[in-house]
Amino acid sequence: MIRISSAVDPATLVLSNEEIRRYSRHLIMPEVTLTGQQRLKAASVLCIGTGGLGSPVALYLAAAGVGRIGLVDYDVVESHNLQRQVIHGTAQIGVLKVESARQRLLDLNPDIEVITHNEIFSSANAMQLAQPYDILIDGTDNFPTRYLVNDVCVLLDKPNVYGSIFRFEGQVSVFWAKHGPCYRCLFPAPPPPGLVPSCAEGGVLGVLPGTVGTLQASEAIKLILGIGEPLLGRLLLYDALAMTMEEVKLRKNPDCVICGPHPTVTALIDYEQFCGMPAHDQGAAQTTSSVPELTVQELKAMLDAHRPLHIIDVREPHEWQIVRLEQAKLIPLGDLQAHLSELDSTADHVVLCRSGARSAKAVELLLASGIKRVKNLKGGILAWAREVDTTLPLY
Amino acid sequence: MPTIRIPTPLRPFTGGATEVAITGATVADAMHDLTAQHPQLQQHLYGADGELRAFVNIFLESEDVRHLQGIATPLPAGARLRIVPSVAGGKRSQRAATQLAAGCC
Repeated sequence: MIRISSAVDPATLVLSNEEIRRYSRHLIMPEVTLTGQQRLKAASVLCIGTGGLGSPVALYLAAAGVGRIGLVDYDVVESHNLQRQVIHGTAQIGVLKVESARQRLLDLNPDIEVITHNEIFSSANAMQLAQPYDILIDGTDNFPTRYLVNDVCVLLDKPNVYGSIFRFEGQVSVFWAKHGPCYRCLFPAPPPPGLVPSCAEGGVLGVLPGTVGTLQASEAIKLILGIGEPLLGRLLLYDALAMTMEEVKLRKNPDCVICGPHPTVTALIDYEQFCGMPAHDQGAAQTTSSVPELTVQELKAMLDAHRPLHIIDVREPHEWQIVRLEQAKLIPLGDLQAHLSELDSTADHVVLCRSGARSAKAVELLLASGIKRVKNLKGGILAWAREVDTTLPLY
Repeated sequence: MPTIRIPTPLRPFTGGATEVAITGATVADAMHDLTAQHPQLQQHLYGADGELRAFVNIFLESEDVRHLQGIATPLPAGARLRIVPSVAGGKRSQRAATQLAAGCC
């Protein structure tokens, strides 16, 4: 049996009559009982991220009666979050996510304690933030923070309930170096940041983090109660489209740099440097492209002056359907190579995409193909919609 | 014939195929056959040195081939391979960094 040991002795906690009534469906199960409910009340869980995964995780842990829930996030609620981040509501748009989540959790269960950490989880604060908690739940959205959460858990000997999603697919596991492999055993090195085929491959089915997050909550509760078979040494692969849940075996990597017998990582490192990418988008540059570019205001001035100009939109057709410039011609980035012969190398070209990264790649391709009079639209159609034509939708 | 399961982030490079039938006596042969069928996968699976990239996890059935005989692992008839990508999405997935789509614009 694998169970966390809480700093608070569960046996010392008394459940009120109201709590007994609230948790009655737990208490009557022989796998939980009053003792298990006391364990839940004594337990503390830190949710890193209160987004798509963090929403169901925190909601179900609060409902289950986990006594102390910590929330780490630095964002505010935006309308495009609500498609999947069900802990927040329309009335909370613009509110700090940790505060919005705290209010919802305490409304759901006023008997628990919710501690908010409105800050970026970083090497500077992670050990201190994580130390008081029994379990960490990784609901983050980037590689640097995932490696950080892993290393914190290994160094502090805490379980890391891992969940990750992409479009229609999810992954779930429990990493706990004392009992099995860690995240680095499976993914020793982060992928290089340069392999970015297309923004059109992003996105996520809104319900997917709901499924994956509830699985994470379930694993956390099992670790608290010490029941069942935790997802240690196993990676669950969920495919919502195929509706398959398969698992693969994970083993400890004897050469693991942090949980192996000869660790070389014995303290937190600079994870952004390690991964070669930012851990968050606060103040981070959207692109670091060095291709020639122009601003949306410059483009507007050229169009107003009726300057002859070919505007190429390299997004995907389903994005074109959402919003487009009437003067633009759609050639998705993946098709551009095949359409090069149609372009007039003596004419001026402006290339755009959603926010400027794909179009920068397109400009590189055009320049390399001998089409020299070409510029990237800085900030893409989003910048146009924000700064020039505010009647256009943002997506 | 062995098959290999293609994870979502790689499907743009297999024409959307979720599973590809491959030939080969070993994992290495099968991976070469896969990239021969779908050349766009090459740069995502192999580094400039021609070696499989370190972050590419290949499983034979439910076993990581690193814990078998690596890419020299022999493939039985009808073997099922899968590539397990490292995916980072969770909090704000429309900007999710994935193995092959890091930092969506």
